[in-house]
Amino acid sequence: MDTFIQQIINGLVLGSMYALIALGYTMVYGVLNLINFAHGDVLMIGAMVGLTILKVLDAFVPGLPGYVDLFIAIAGAVPVCMLVNVIIERVAYRRLRNAPRLAPLITAIGVSILLQTFAMMIWGRSPLPFPQLLSSDPITIGGAVISQTQILLLVLAAAAMLGLVYLIEKTKMGRAMRATAENPRVAGLMGIDSNRVIVATFAIGAALAAVAGVMWGANYASIAFAMGTLPGLKAFCAAVLGGIGNIYGAMIGGILLGLIESLGAGYLPDLTGGFLGSNYQDIFAFVVLIIVLTIRPSGIMGERVADRA
Amino acid sequence: MALLNFNVQDRPRQAYTSMAVLLIGLLIFPFIAAQFGNSWVRIIDIALLYIMLALGLNIVVGFAGLLDLGYIAFFAVGAYLTGLLASPQFAQLLESIVNYSPAVGATLVSWFGPGIQQNGIHLSVWLIVPLAAAVAGLCGALLGAPTLKLRGDYLAIVTLGFGEIIRIFMNNLNDPINFTNGPQGINSIDPVRIFAVNLAGEPGSRANVVLGGFSMPSVNAYYFLFLFLCIAIVFVTARLQHSRLGRAWVAIREDEIAAKAMGINTRNVKLLAFSMGASFGGVAGAMFASFQGFVSPESFSLTESIAVLAMVVLGGIGHIPGVVMGGVLLAALPEVLRHVVEPAQVAVFGKVLIESEVLRQLLYGLALVLIMLNRPAGLWPSPKHEDRPDAAETNKGEAFPA
Amino acid sequence: MSEKVILNISGVNKRFGGLAALTDVGIKIMQGQIYGLIGPNGAGKTTFFNVITGLYQPDTGTFELAGKPYSPSAPHEVAKAGIARTFQNIRLFGEMTALENVMVGRHVRSHQGVFGAVFRHKAARQEEAAIRARAQELLDFVGIGAFADRTSKYLSYGDQRRLEIARALATDPQLLALDEPAAGMNATEKLALRELLVKIKAEGKTVLLIEHDVKLMMGLCDRITVLEYGKPIAEGVPAEIQKNQAVIDAYLGGAHK
Repeated sequence: MDTFIQQIINGLVLGSMYALIALGYTMVYGVLNLINFAHGDVLMIGAMVGLTILKVLDAFVPGLPGYVDLFIAIAGAVPVCMLVNVIIERVAYRRLRNAPRLAPLITAIGVSILLQTFAMMIWGRSPLPFPQLLSSDPITIGGAVISQTQILLLVLAAAAMLGLVYLIEKTKMGRAMRATAENPRVAGLMGIDSNRVIVATFAIGAALAAVAGVMWGANYASIAFAMGTLPGLKAFCAAVLGGIGNIYGAMIGGILLGLIESLGAGYLPDLTGGFLGSNYQDIFAFVVLIIVLTIRPSGIMGERVADRA
Repeated sequence: MALLNFNVQDRPRQAYTSMAVLLIGLLIFPFIAAQFGNSWVRIIDIALLYIMLALGLNIVVGFAGLLDLGYIAFFAVGAYLTGLLASPQFAQLLESIVNYSPAVGATLVSWFGPGIQQNGIHLSVWLIVPLAAAVAGLCGALLGAPTLKLRGDYLAIVTLGFGEIIRIFMNNLNDPINFTNGPQGINSIDPVRIFAVNLAGEPGSRANVVLGGFSMPSVNAYYFLFLFLCIAIVFVTARLQHSRLGRAWVAIREDEIAAKAMGINTRNVKLLAFSMGASFGGVAGAMFASFQGFVSPESFSLTESIAVLAMVVLGGIGHIPGVVMGGVLLAALPEVLRHVVEPAQVAVFGKVLIESEVLRQLLYGLALVLIMLNRPAGLWPSPKHEDRPDAAETNKGEAFPA
Repeated sequence: MSEKVILNISGVNKRFGGLAALTDVGIKIMQGQIYGLIGPNGAGKTTFFNVITGLYQPDTGTFELAGKPYSPSAPHEVAKAGIARTFQNIRLFGEMTALENVMVGRHVRSHQGVFGAVFRHKAARQEEAAIRARAQELLDFVGIGAFADRTSKYLSYGDQRRLEIARALATDPQLLALDEPAAGMNATEKLALRELLVKIKAEGKTVLLIEHDVKLMMGLCDRITVLEYGKPIAEGVPAEIQKNQAVIDAYLGGAHK
């Protein structure tokens, strides 16, 4: 039972990060019908920038408590990531708005490679250790352990998601985003500048990814230039699982995928008589994707994709 | 590109002349390059393998319009199949089965005999290549089957997922039963032996191949083999392109609903595209394994799938000469640059600012982005419009605006 | 004179969720007829078309083509059985030439595969030549033979329509099903289309036609079925349809004389 609870906790932690990343994918897809392949690399940029900030803080103001350091790192990573994502949209994707769907996807792949290349040039190719700023004394819950970093991660993720829900449901910009996501042309006729909405969508997605990136580094204690690709892809699978374009779907899909991966990796050896070990963990996301697309392509909560006819 | 014209349909004489000129150049090339060192020919050998891959992917992406991001999986299938059937690995496999389940192990050992139990299986290249093509082709159909009803970008991600799944399996299928030897990969793979001539050179010949009194470095021997295979693949894909099947592929790419309405069984035709493309990947994989002598999962990552895609997109998606050019540029150029740019950087800046690995990535990324934004049909698109899909045009239902 | 029934469909029902798109719709077309399907917008004409040709699955219905039952479960099976269709929004293979578009139409009546493509043995070469010849023949028949090597997306609208019809004819259909072929055409183009359809009928082909231009339909069709809200409200020769009160009411008071 202890293992089970441990897997659940691990799954929630992992799932929260997937949820944050998945939100970026799902929002962009909802508005533009585009898989922003480079989104996972925005996570990486967030982690790298966060690390740089932490190093600077450590050099100039070493006495700060861990929490404060982390918050400053996040506060610094967020605007950088937002800027990066907005620039990418402006330079690479905007011209291809009306191109058939594969052109933006191929471009996005190229952008992803370029982001990784720049990260390689700036931060080098070897993995970098991420400092452990919060006490690593584990807290036990029902026989399982959870670290302070992980608790902070869950809290931040929840706060971010609540903030997003508030933004989408209660604010003018949120309404504009929902309208554009449903039908950009008609929204335009109602006076909504779809370009501004799209920029906002990219920016918000990047902000969430930045938070996830810094906390990923804090949780796993190591970051590298290629760290974003796989989590990004898995987060996309999570978004599809929940219902692409659907914000609540992304949240649920993310958490659910985290749980599936964690429980699956944990119990896979038992299920397969030792044949497949927990190192097959990465497969789950793709298997889930294939199953969802075969059985229920609109996902758990139903997809919400723009009518761009 | 007016000097070299390969348009057999419109200008046969010019096309054949161009081909002849090119062929002569290609045949002489290694002997000239070898003057500057074997490594240059080696680079071209690898480039030829990539060209084979690009041509195979071109069938799937270029002709049929299916964006396969997991294509390298078929390369892996061919390579690992060769690793299993042309090296001592099979002996390891048997041993691990014996350890895991002695009863089953004993039966298998009695089937295969003590020779194989000691040394593994060592099939000749004449068997390996068709086998790799067939197995990879089958995998192509299997992996393509779940994607048939998916729209373009989902198909891309699902195929990517398959590619990753295969890589993860290759990386982990070593415990409890050792198929692939895990992250270490499979070593001591047999080199290619054609008519008793060992293309890696007999032991002690310092990698020189002796052919009828004529001696050449091993890399040159492989060069001619790979060149021959490339030419064969170019020939086959060109014939496929201008046939009933090729038209069916383009029809599906242009408008799948109309294609179905015209009686094309789109499911089978798409599976054929996957299979044919995959089989060429498998052949390239088998050659790679024999050439390099070892295979490991690192060679079959998502980065490689994307690299091959970049070659197709850069060169001229759907246009065979363009794809070949794209392969040459993106496979050979980074290596060439490395030999040139790194020393240049040291000379100018005193140190290497941009490593070749980074340079390679930079080129791939720029190729994809710049081409998509500026010349989506590629650097060398087909001269005739109907062979030139703008790298992403699928399902256009709108009539030409008056 | 015994006439052959080409298409015999009855009892078709189709619901989309709560909406009854088609209720007990049927149609019977004799060989060599031009049969019309008219009705106000939203009446279900294209839905019925899509059901017949396999794009939508009906809830109920029996389907017979030339006396043999056929299953409209997949569009390519329908084409193989012998119904070829065109589309309201013209679906050509834009990057292909006109000739190649029609050659694709021959796909279902030919069979060379990978082997033939690669080795080009005699039978394969002959088939390919036959495909090409027939395609050119059909282009000439519909009047755009001169544009054989023009990329189809650059043809004029009227020529694109003709091309689509030529492509459909290439499948050697028992029934040619045209979805609003006159849409977007001016009066001259409609006359030309009418001539083409008469020519097709003269070859002995059977045509099913959806159209909005009632005048065109009255002058062209042998028999007409009228749909309204997914139900058939009238069936008969044009003269009867014009006088039918239910039809007049459905069209908001406008039957042409």
